[in-house]
Amino acid sequence: MIEVDHLTKQYGSFTAVDDISFEVGKGEIVGFLGPNGAGKTTTMRVLTCFLPASEGTARIAGFDIFDEPLEVKKRIGYLPESPPLYRDMHVQTYLDFVASIKGVPKTGRTDRIVEVMGQCGLSDRAGQLIGQLSKGYRQRVGLAQAIVHKPDVIIMDEPTSGLDPNQIIEMRGLIRELAKERTVILSTHILPEVEMTCDRVIIINNGKIEAVDTPENLTANVRGTARFAVRVSGDVSKAVSGLATLPDIADVSSEIRDGETVVLVDCPTDRDWGPILSAKVVELGMGLLEMRREDLSLEEIFHALTTREEGV
Amino acid sequence: MGNILAIFGKEMRSYFGSPVAYVMAGVFLLFTGFVFRNQVLEFHDMSVFLQFAEYEQKSRLNVNEVVVESFFEFQTFVWMIVIPMLTMRLYAEEKRGGTYELLMTSPITSGQILMGKFLACYVLYVLIEVFALGYLGILSMYARIDWGPVFSGALGVLLQGGAFISVGILASSLTENQIIAAVLSFFMLILLWIIDWAARFADDVLFVVLKFLSLVEHTRDMIEGVVDTHDIVFFMSATVFFLFVTHHVLESRRWRA
Repeated sequence: MIEVDHLTKQYGSFTAVDDISFEVGKGEIVGFLGPNGAGKTTTMRVLTCFLPASEGTARIAGFDIFDEPLEVKKRIGYLPESPPLYRDMHVQTYLDFVASIKGVPKTGRTDRIVEVMGQCGLSDRAGQLIGQLSKGYRQRVGLAQAIVHKPDVIIMDEPTSGLDPNQIIEMRGLIRELAKERTVILSTHILPEVEMTCDRVIIINNGKIEAVDTPENLTANVRGTARFAVRVSGDVSKAVSGLATLPDIADVSSEIRDGETVVLVDCPTDRDWGPILSAKVVELGMGLLEMRREDLSLEEIFHALTTREEGV
Repeated sequence: MGNILAIFGKEMRSYFGSPVAYVMAGVFLLFTGFVFRNQVLEFHDMSVFLQFAEYEQKSRLNVNEVVVESFFEFQTFVWMIVIPMLTMRLYAEEKRGGTYELLMTSPITSGQILMGKFLACYVLYVLIEVFALGYLGILSMYARIDWGPVFSGALGVLLQGGAFISVGILASSLTENQIIAAVLSFFMLILLWIIDWAARFADDVLFVVLKFLSLVEHTRDMIEGVVDTHDIVFFMSATVFFLFVTHHVLESRRWRA
């Protein structure tokens, strides 16, 4: 559905997006993940034909973003970071205007708008001024304008930024609902969001793609090992050396967390190490106060991937 | 065409849905009405003064000259202040509010957007002008007006408005700050007004060029009842020129590497 081919975007001497290529299939939800200023918004603006690329190109639904921008624009719905709303318009009037410039035919346009307002939970706000809506409702209007012309591709820049936790949950629900029939690209710097909504993650930093994979694979690849945090009563150094004698253990170390010494055990993911470790602690004659498996979160992966560059 | 109408309708709703259209129409009609009233009283005083004078002298007194011409001439000045306020928001507001991104990512060309915006502002301009021309309608109930110069003057004002609006839209497309857009278009209009002052000190060729560039110079002929094709062509080409430059300004940011 979306093919990005060696895309580069420079602002003067600053390279915002540096030679990126990726593909997104039909019906996929792909998350752009990266710190602020990584090039997420710029990539989206190029894909929506708002900004020209300096080099490279992209095709959306088979249409080149340079040669046939109008055809591309017909097939995309775009929700920028701050929804593009006219504060002095009523919700329904606004959606009618958007529908008309997006090429929704006049016959059936009102029905379509009523349908979209229903989908986005705006039915009871149809006659309200957009300027008087709360942030959450404005975001819904923004989403409604992005889908009113039934685009094949929906591009959303930080769709949940600035919303409260309940609104975020609603918004994610809406996005998942939409993605059933469409291709979705969304950007975010909030990691759990990607884990919850996306089929695939594109991690982008300093304008370059650092990794492309499913959230599960990313976690597994970087992890390689499972980590247990063990808190014991007694001599910690004895526990460290004792646990290190277990076969197949990758690494044992200790760390002070909140004033307590914690033993960190990295072990392979081939079997369940919980019972083995607890048995060993007891065997050493120590009290087992706490044992917890620590999953490497996307947060840590992200950190690992995005800081690796800077060390070079 | 549908796209132009969609933009046109949106701009119209915006003008009339907010106080902008009403305040600007009010300001314009108040100022022109004030001058009109004074000129009518002036004409009245002159008539009273001359009522016992010779026929020869009386016949030189002309309501067109005293009231109609000064009414049109003063209008040009008021429009120079009012038009920047009508055009300042057209692009600057969209850029500031992020809605420009919506327009530019919709299947609609920047030319269509520009035409829709221009037409909306122009129709509002014509509407306000029609109300102002109503003053002359009232005057015609009490005085015998020569309608010829009124029509040619109105035509001049209509043509001049197109040029003024396109200058204002160009200024608005250059910035995302409405105040800067208004100030910029105000100064561009003032410059085009006073540019012929420099003609006095210029040599032959420059003299002609500077005289020709002065917007007001071309309206003056029509206010006096002279409809010359070169004035009509001047205003139309000025309108097209500034719209053309605006279009290039808007397109250029999409092709800058």
